[in-house]
Amino acid sequence: MSLVDRPAEHGSLPLNKVDWPAIRRDFPLLAQKPYNKPLAYLDNAATTQKPNSVIDSIAHFYRFDNANVHRGIYQLSERATATFEAARDKIQCFLNARLREEIIFVRGATEAINLVAQSYARPRFKSGDEILISAIEHHSNIVPWQMVCKQTGAQLKVIPINDNGEIMLDSYQALLSEKTKIVAITHLSNALGSIAPVQRMITMAHARGIPVLLDGAQAAPHLRINLQALDCEFYTFSSHKIYGPTGVGVLYGKKSYLDAMEPYQGGGEMISRVSFESSDYNGLPYKFEAGTPNIAGVVGLAAALDYINTIGLDNICQREQQLLDYATKALEQTAGLRIIGQAKHKASIISFVLDSAHPHDISTILDQQGVAIRAGHHCAMPVMTRFNVPATARASFSFYNNESDIEQLVQSLRLVNKIFTIKNG
Amino acid sequence: MNDELRALYQEVIIDHGRRPRNSKKLEHPSCTQEGYNPLCGDRLTLYLRIDDNRIIDASFEGEGCAISMAASSLMTERIKNMTVTEARQLFTAFQNLVTQAEPPDNIREYLGKLSVLGGVRDFPVRIKCATLPWHALNACLNNINTKQIVSTE
Repeated sequence: MSLVDRPAEHGSLPLNKVDWPAIRRDFPLLAQKPYNKPLAYLDNAATTQKPNSVIDSIAHFYRFDNANVHRGIYQLSERATATFEAARDKIQCFLNARLREEIIFVRGATEAINLVAQSYARPRFKSGDEILISAIEHHSNIVPWQMVCKQTGAQLKVIPINDNGEIMLDSYQALLSEKTKIVAITHLSNALGSIAPVQRMITMAHARGIPVLLDGAQAAPHLRINLQALDCEFYTFSSHKIYGPTGVGVLYGKKSYLDAMEPYQGGGEMISRVSFESSDYNGLPYKFEAGTPNIAGVVGLAAALDYINTIGLDNICQREQQLLDYATKALEQTAGLRIIGQAKHKASIISFVLDSAHPHDISTILDQQGVAIRAGHHCAMPVMTRFNVPATARASFSFYNNESDIEQLVQSLRLVNKIFTIKNG
Repeated sequence: MNDELRALYQEVIIDHGRRPRNSKKLEHPSCTQEGYNPLCGDRLTLYLRIDDNRIIDASFEGEGCAISMAASSLMTERIKNMTVTEARQLFTAFQNLVTQAEPPDNIREYLGKLSVLGGVRDFPVRIKCATLPWHALNACLNNINTKQIVSTE
């Protein structure tokens, strides 16, 4: 029996009572056998696999509920609208946001950041202003701000990290000034696994009246998010990294901020009245949702959050920490392996390099052993520069991974060493 | 190790990947060309000294995977003393080797030691690694603006 068929209170089971093998069976893709080997899918930081309940919810929507939202005066459209808006409530609850209209549906975390950059920052920032990001950002939280700098004359400032891959709070304090107009930082580094000390960073920014955007693309699947406690002005995440479908994501913004911002895109849905002379914009959240949204994607995302709740985020966090500890110890035993990023507060992401082989060669050999990892710069080139490596290999774990996946990874790395050292003499 | 992996990581490739020949900056080159694979971060600079339509010397500097380093090493070894026309023919033959499903035997014979890189055919994402120095070479030979970085993307 799949875990999703069981009562939701299983999420409150203690860690050792959760049936992890049953949970893994909820993900049909993981049963594949590439090259006749069990699949060890360890690229969860890039995208996660989808449980049956998410896949089924999308199919169910298209089979029985499909209609456009907010505009049909007939039962089917009303049902689609109700399902779509119920998803918004679910996300509000998941993030513990104060108001449902603070939840905006977008295409992904990248679009959410671009929305804030263009709708909030661009009209307000001017030459001499500063935008503060950190050295562990991925490109999605660098490039939109660079574009704003180009458009407004503002300057990008980067908070440095130490050799463990942790944000240096004293440097951050020194960089905060009356010139700083926004702080935009990742909640959790995709390249290193470091969890940023966001609560302290928000408090420090707020002490100077500076708004904060958190890029939660990596954090949302691994950590419990409580936006009312965090008190940040903006938060973003992507559905596909949290077991939902691709092409949908969420921007959370404090109502007072969203109210003051101009729409990001114009079109249907985001208006209340249109004439050829002018248009009146719709209220929140619709002001930022031009055009027909990814309705089935939103439905799938809601199903993903339901699924996560059946396991329980606390169980997920603990299980992933177990896997991180197990994998860290196992990898440290591998000859010539160096882990890049050893932050004290870390999620289940391990970046590493091997003396014997380049990450690209590692990835090819691992692939043939059924192990899927990421090799490259992880869309975080400045992080690679900081650690003076052209690329890393990265294994990132989800709660559905297990110790066998890690053993398969370690055995495959031994094969890499064998191929590259025996022939090397 | 399966046959495809064995073919990809032949001894010659491991050897050239770890100890690339002609890995240095060339003094007074007549052509310098950067090559870059943004997907994996492989980056190299190819130096050629061409005199009277003949490649007198060739070298490269760079960092990357075993395939791209071996490809650069083997290519620079082979093109020395070739005429520009011969090098262009070699570029075409190499492209055929790595992209054709079953390259004819005469291509393999013509390419000689370079044929060891034919194994990338079974690894489509790795073809870019093997062809990176060749794209740099092609840009040099065609007098493309050498200020512009050649990209595999």
